[in-house]
Amino acid sequence: MSSLKIIGGRLADTNAETTVLVRNGRIAALGEAAGKEPADHDFDATGCLLTPGFVDLCCNLREPGNGQKGNIASESLAAAHGGFTTLCASPDTSPVNDSGAVTNLILDVAAKRSSVRVLPVGAITRGLEGELLSDMAGLAGAGCIALGNGARPVKNARVLRRCMAYARTFGLTVMFSPENQALAADGYAHDGLVASRLGLLGIPEVAETAAVMEMLLLAEETGVRLHLGQLSCARSVEMLADARKRGIAVTADVAMHQLMFTEDALSGFDSRYHVRPPLRSEKDRQALLGGVRDGVIDAITSQHQPHDSAAKQAPLAATEPGLSTIESTLSMGLLLVERGDLDMGSLIRSLTGGPAEVIGRSAELRQGAVADLCVFDPDATWVPNDSSLNSVGRHVPLPGKALPGLVRLTLCDGRQAWPQSDL
Amino acid sequence: MTATDPSKTSLQLTADGQLRHFLTLDGLNRALLTEILDTADSFIEVGERSIKKVPLLRGRTVVNLFFESSTRTRSTFELAAKRLSADVLNLDINTSATSKGESLSDTLLNLEAMASDMFVVRHSQSGAPHFIAESVTPGVAIINAGDGRHAHPTQAMLDMLTIRQHKGGFEGLKVAIVGDVLHSRVARSQIRALNELGAAEVRVIAPATLLPRDVESLGCTVEYDMTRGMKDLDVVIMLRLQKERMEGALLPSEREFYRLYGLNQEKLALAHPECIVMHPGPINRGVEIESAVADGPQSVILNQVTNGIAIRMAVMSMAMGGQMAERSRKLAGRAQG
Repeated sequence: MSSLKIIGGRLADTNAETTVLVRNGRIAALGEAAGKEPADHDFDATGCLLTPGFVDLCCNLREPGNGQKGNIASESLAAAHGGFTTLCASPDTSPVNDSGAVTNLILDVAAKRSSVRVLPVGAITRGLEGELLSDMAGLAGAGCIALGNGARPVKNARVLRRCMAYARTFGLTVMFSPENQALAADGYAHDGLVASRLGLLGIPEVAETAAVMEMLLLAEETGVRLHLGQLSCARSVEMLADARKRGIAVTADVAMHQLMFTEDALSGFDSRYHVRPPLRSEKDRQALLGGVRDGVIDAITSQHQPHDSAAKQAPLAATEPGLSTIESTLSMGLLLVERGDLDMGSLIRSLTGGPAEVIGRSAELRQGAVADLCVFDPDATWVPNDSSLNSVGRHVPLPGKALPGLVRLTLCDGRQAWPQSDL
Repeated sequence: MTATDPSKTSLQLTADGQLRHFLTLDGLNRALLTEILDTADSFIEVGERSIKKVPLLRGRTVVNLFFESSTRTRSTFELAAKRLSADVLNLDINTSATSKGESLSDTLLNLEAMASDMFVVRHSQSGAPHFIAESVTPGVAIINAGDGRHAHPTQAMLDMLTIRQHKGGFEGLKVAIVGDVLHSRVARSQIRALNELGAAEVRVIAPATLLPRDVESLGCTVEYDMTRGMKDLDVVIMLRLQKERMEGALLPSEREFYRLYGLNQEKLALAHPECIVMHPGPINRGVEIESAVADGPQSVILNQVTNGIAIRMAVMSMAMGGQMAERSRKLAGRAQG
């Protein structure tokens, strides 16, 4: 394997100028030491920032089974375009990833066609039905890095408790998006000012907070390592901080679009902003940002949900939830930094080391580490449109707007994942 | 951050502020609402003639696109279109295309192929007329005939016309809306209209289970106790209560609801002596309103129906006028360019 030297860039978190030498899939040298060594190729990163490759804890690749919405090749390329090198693939595929055979299939396809690393999340209940336990040990053995129920609810607290206890037996991490099904009912928007005015069916905050409380109590009792995915409420952040103080093994993430938008995004019935959990109030957004800054929330995810266009072409209530975000996640983060909502250090940590630790991995630029990295120009802009996007899902946030943060190079395992063409 | 495309806020208005669709009362100012009322007033006289027609929509095709059944609203829209000399096609989509699995977008494409000029849309989902207005070919006007819980702007405007006829105007008026506000598209549009037209106070009177979250933000006060809420009222608007509300654990029983929130003569006596009683219909006698009140001297319920035709003629002719003006402006622009 040839070697590559990245010259003239700055570390995104510290802003220190550095040189990175990549050889044999690893970071062979950093800084002055790297500068002195020869390399087969040089990459001029002047004006760019360097970070470890981003790690996404919640990404829908739609394969197997939903080819009209995306596939591992298309969505992993989109991820590389967005600076991501590790994707935790949600189990909501068809068939559901609830057996070692499906996990193997995903890993096989990924080995052949994925631009970046794919780590499957197994279904914690059979068929994601929320009723019967899946073969958790088998799933973990096949390569699942955690277990969860995707976007589907677990039927009741008794099943949830047994899921956690059984996962605890094998030291597995469980990932849940907290939502109380009875309280969320038929809702599809935040139960707040905009839903009241537009007559949208609301999902109250308590649909999330009641589930967060239940999950925290069950995690404390069972001793399982719990990860709460895609929080949306201020009150959830408070409960999370309290649970951490009590020593409960809990981590959490928030989707980037929850930090960026509020319920106001639905005020024109724009179905692209129909997401779940729903975009909530400004107060919630502020609390989520605070959680990221304080490190109470470990990670920011893309919660990438590509769809075919028909899934979004209907009256709001009839559309499917989800945004196609993975190519715009970094750009949204940089907009938040630009506005003073986030500092660059928190942003980068939440996209790299934070999520990596949740799944027991690391993501850092140090000598000897696997060469997963991203080089981006924070000042250059790009416009999400049909020619720039790689995801099958075209329902992106802020379409047609010039967004900051152009990814110049993504390396995964030392291989060039983005751009596709030779440098 | 607001993600909304700024052009969406003017989805229903042309560049110079004329109506081109009629989707919601949000974003329509007092001058425009008053213009609708004044135009409707001029059409009331048409309904009193022996030949009840004006040629404003002659040669135009209006499609009544009802995805949810309705008798009164559909027939008044039909009459309104016919009095404007339009050709009218009634489509009951409940029993046709969508039940065969055709998507709304595909249904629309087929209807547009029939060269329609206006769709009057009723749909059970909030925002469906917005979706249609964004999807159709430019030049086709969309009139909202009620969407989900969102808006029923022609109903609210006919109510405003009725109030103006009886009260002379809106300044200083105290108006209450009683009953199932949560599920009511009518109430949302009425609250908006009353606020814009300058009513002194809009009160909603209902138990907490039938009120939307933060309902005060819509521009009203909340009163749980109807006997207190009736005080000094100039107008009381009763809303229809659907029987399903009991099954959803929103209310214990019709009987308890009627006792607490039904309008009877005793409660009406607490209001201003000249208080008028309104109801968008169809009424449930003995559930939200007593017969003696519904048929009594203070009731203007049947005036509302008559006004419905005039209001619908007004918005249909205004929206078509806006579309025509926009079309000729574009043609002129092209000729110049």
